[in-house]
Amino acid sequence: MHNKTIADLAKGLRSGEFSSVELTQSFLDRIKQHSSLNSYITVTEDLALQEAMAADARIAKGDAELLTGIPIAQKDIFCTQGVKTTCGSKMLDNFIAPYDATVIEKFNNAGAVMLGKLNMDEFAMGSSNETSYYGAVKNPWDTNTVPGGSSGGSAAAVAARLAVCATGTDTGGSIRQPAALCGITGLKPTYGRVSRYGMIAYASSLDQGGPMARSAEDAAIMLQTMAGFDEKDSTSVDQPVPDYLAGLNNNLDGLKIGLPKEFFGEGLNSDVAATLDAAINEYRKLGAEVKEISMPNLKLAIPAYYVIAPAECSANLSRFDGVRYGYRCENPADLTDLYTRSRGEGFGKEVKRRILMGTYALSAGYYDAYYIKAQKIRRLISEDFKNALAEVDVIMGPVTPSTAFGIGEKIGNPIEMYLSDIYTIAINLAGVPAMSVPAGFVDGKPVGLQVIGNYFAEDRLLNIAHRYQQVTDWHQQTPKGFE
Amino acid sequence: MSQQWETVIGLEIHAQLATKSKIFSGASTAYGAEPNTQACAVDLGLPGVLPVLNKEAVRMAVIFGMAIEAHIAPYSVFARKNYFYPDLPKGYQISQMELPIVGVGHLDIEVDGVTKRIGVTRAHLEEDAGKSLHEDFHGLTGIDLNRAGTPLLEIVSEPDMSSAKEAVAYMRKLHELVRYLGICDGNMQEGSFRCDANVSVRPKGQKEFGTRAEIKNINSFKFVEKAINHEIERQIDLIESGGKVVQETRLYDSVKDETRSMRSKEEANDYRYFPDPDLLPVLIDEAFKEQIKAGLPELPQAKKQRFKDQYALDEESTTVLTSTRQLADYFEAVVKGAACEARICANWVTGDLSAALNKAGLEITESPVSHQRLAGLLVRIADNTISGKIAKQVFEEMWQSDSSADEIIEAKGLKQITDTGAIEAIIDKIIADNQDQVEQYRSGKDKVFGFFVGQVMKEMQGKANPGEVNKMLKDKLK
Repeated sequence: MHNKTIADLAKGLRSGEFSSVELTQSFLDRIKQHSSLNSYITVTEDLALQEAMAADARIAKGDAELLTGIPIAQKDIFCTQGVKTTCGSKMLDNFIAPYDATVIEKFNNAGAVMLGKLNMDEFAMGSSNETSYYGAVKNPWDTNTVPGGSSGGSAAAVAARLAVCATGTDTGGSIRQPAALCGITGLKPTYGRVSRYGMIAYASSLDQGGPMARSAEDAAIMLQTMAGFDEKDSTSVDQPVPDYLAGLNNNLDGLKIGLPKEFFGEGLNSDVAATLDAAINEYRKLGAEVKEISMPNLKLAIPAYYVIAPAECSANLSRFDGVRYGYRCENPADLTDLYTRSRGEGFGKEVKRRILMGTYALSAGYYDAYYIKAQKIRRLISEDFKNALAEVDVIMGPVTPSTAFGIGEKIGNPIEMYLSDIYTIAINLAGVPAMSVPAGFVDGKPVGLQVIGNYFAEDRLLNIAHRYQQVTDWHQQTPKGFE
Repeated sequence: MSQQWETVIGLEIHAQLATKSKIFSGASTAYGAEPNTQACAVDLGLPGVLPVLNKEAVRMAVIFGMAIEAHIAPYSVFARKNYFYPDLPKGYQISQMELPIVGVGHLDIEVDGVTKRIGVTRAHLEEDAGKSLHEDFHGLTGIDLNRAGTPLLEIVSEPDMSSAKEAVAYMRKLHELVRYLGICDGNMQEGSFRCDANVSVRPKGQKEFGTRAEIKNINSFKFVEKAINHEIERQIDLIESGGKVVQETRLYDSVKDETRSMRSKEEANDYRYFPDPDLLPVLIDEAFKEQIKAGLPELPQAKKQRFKDQYALDEESTTVLTSTRQLADYFEAVVKGAACEARICANWVTGDLSAALNKAGLEITESPVSHQRLAGLLVRIADNTISGKIAKQVFEEMWQSDSSADEIIEAKGLKQITDTGAIEAIIDKIIADNQDQVEQYRSGKDKVFGFFVGQVMKEMQGKANPGEVNKMLKDKLK
């Protein structure tokens, strides 16, 4: 049951083959059975069964949607009313959100069943899920390795079939990188496509929520529910949401694929490169034309990102001050003590590092040299994407330089950790949509192909991924022990 | 001694915009509610919430900009001003820094009959913080976030004022203007209109500015004058005794009438302003400006001039009548309804009506006597139904009741007697009864004429038409 796609599960629910309560219970059982993966922070068992019952009633009445009764899980960055919302931090260990994020509201309206809240790097800052206050998540393909981050819990849970699908958020690669390392399909939509309301902010101009699923088709079903203008988010874009399922099977004849030479140079593991070559060949067979392109400013993405994202986070995380909610230190002596100890004790090392970097970059005398300069680079990178996407329909490349690395391997070296997002970060700076599509394995560990499209071309990306998934079965592989 | 010193003053005024809801959330801006009952998730700075700009606040800022003939930025940007304080829920205030919505404009003030143009550097939109409450919490501090997110327009002047008097004139002028425009209620007790003053002194003739001190939070016209004068004196004394003014923020203590240091420049925060990524830039096109311009009310200066020209009123009456838009509107409605001489309408509005309102502590908008009813009264003076003296009596009755002037005149039998036959009979009787006085008058004692008028009026209980009485008496006494 847990290996079925959303469409198949929806059919099974409608035909009475199984109920949502049965389906939900089977996932709850699996979550318990595989709790050592540490993919969930909170399992909302009672709530899930209640929602499943309501879904069964709705299905019986005949007004069910595709997601009605489907057990999904939410990254713990989305506020869920009445449910603990931690953002992977000690700071919010006691925080019960008093409202639902827009994305959560949309899934609730669709009748999806929430199994629980998924583990993540603290405040979405990390590429390995090791910065979580709730401990590292294990990659189901090799439990000695990381699942990637920051949506590591989401990727691990979907890969291990502990949820049909899950939400993620992506600021510099946080959907695509874990999707690649865990062998699932992840989509970071165009900035502004999915509402950020109720999604705890890391770097507001880069954050974007998106689907993490087993297939492009499932991702399309999720995005259909998640996308759309939200009057509560001024940066969401008021543009109609297309039917993402309608064009999934469009043929790829004459599709122009660009391969930036900057993506295939030094630093890319040769086995990963070979795997990607094979995937791109598959596209040739599907009728695509492939050409090399150049995006000269990509190399500036990491330094620009590590100014802009920390700058924004340094302000975004100021609200966690121990005054109104969240962690407060014991017996503060005075206001300064309250602030310094609550924040000092409540935040983890990586979060503090980024707050400090951001504070520094915005300080008087440094602002022009760092923040303004980084914004200029950001514009150059956007130009690179605009130029490239005028020449080709989509850009393809790696998601990560290598397959999943070992737990503990990079956590002591922030620069090396930051470099694991080298192929994903530029996409956030430009704001374009991109996917990670399972494209093969190296030594039994998944490899992801990144497909990058033009603004609001999610439908095209899903189509391109879906056609590939019709002729390959990488996305259907299940890690050992989780069949 | 102070002759050799010159003062330079610039003001920063925070005007709370009269929007119904907050600048970035849907919560109410009403004053005086129970603490924290008007703060929604956005105002509380909960994790995940986002600001959404209130278009009405933008409209009001543009109205202000147009009224001071300022440059309206086609592209303005909200920025985050970062600092920690318990009543600042997000740890930053959303304000505008580099690209404010209103650019350079000006306001003309008048001091001792001389007009002076004061430059306005800029005006920008921002959100207010909450309030820290230090009483009633047993040594702890309470936080009330009702005010958090209230829209403010910060209006920054050029350092163009050279005395406390000019500063007060500028502040009054601005106060009058924002109320005229309907963008701020101007209530200073509730903090809707607050002022910070930058004050420096320099030897007369020197071009460079002296070091300035910023005096925070001076919330009445009286205190602005006192605080600035105190500060000027403090700075001059300091320099003359060999000291140096340091750049700092000072707080005015109205009880002790002194300013004291809050923080020095070195202690000042680095606010680390940067554009708020949660909000889009504010774009204002020509069409929007045209629309605002077309809807602008007549401004105080123009109205005053028009009142002088159109109604032939003196300086004093026009100043009073145009002091608020509501009073001016009331006056014009009375003129229209009464169809009598504007001067008489002005006298009634600035005289009896204003006196009664003052006594009762009411605003013109709360007047128990509507402009229709007052006009109804003035119509009866104009058509000689009653005299001005009787009118005062009728007005008092009107103030106490809902009756119209006509109803009161009718009920109390106050109608003026213009029947010349009736007046003549009384005059004949008075002349016959007072032959001594008649002799005196005829022998040249003009003063006695008043005696006859008084006697006639007394006999007729004040209801005789005074013009008619005068005319007839003069004839009969010839």
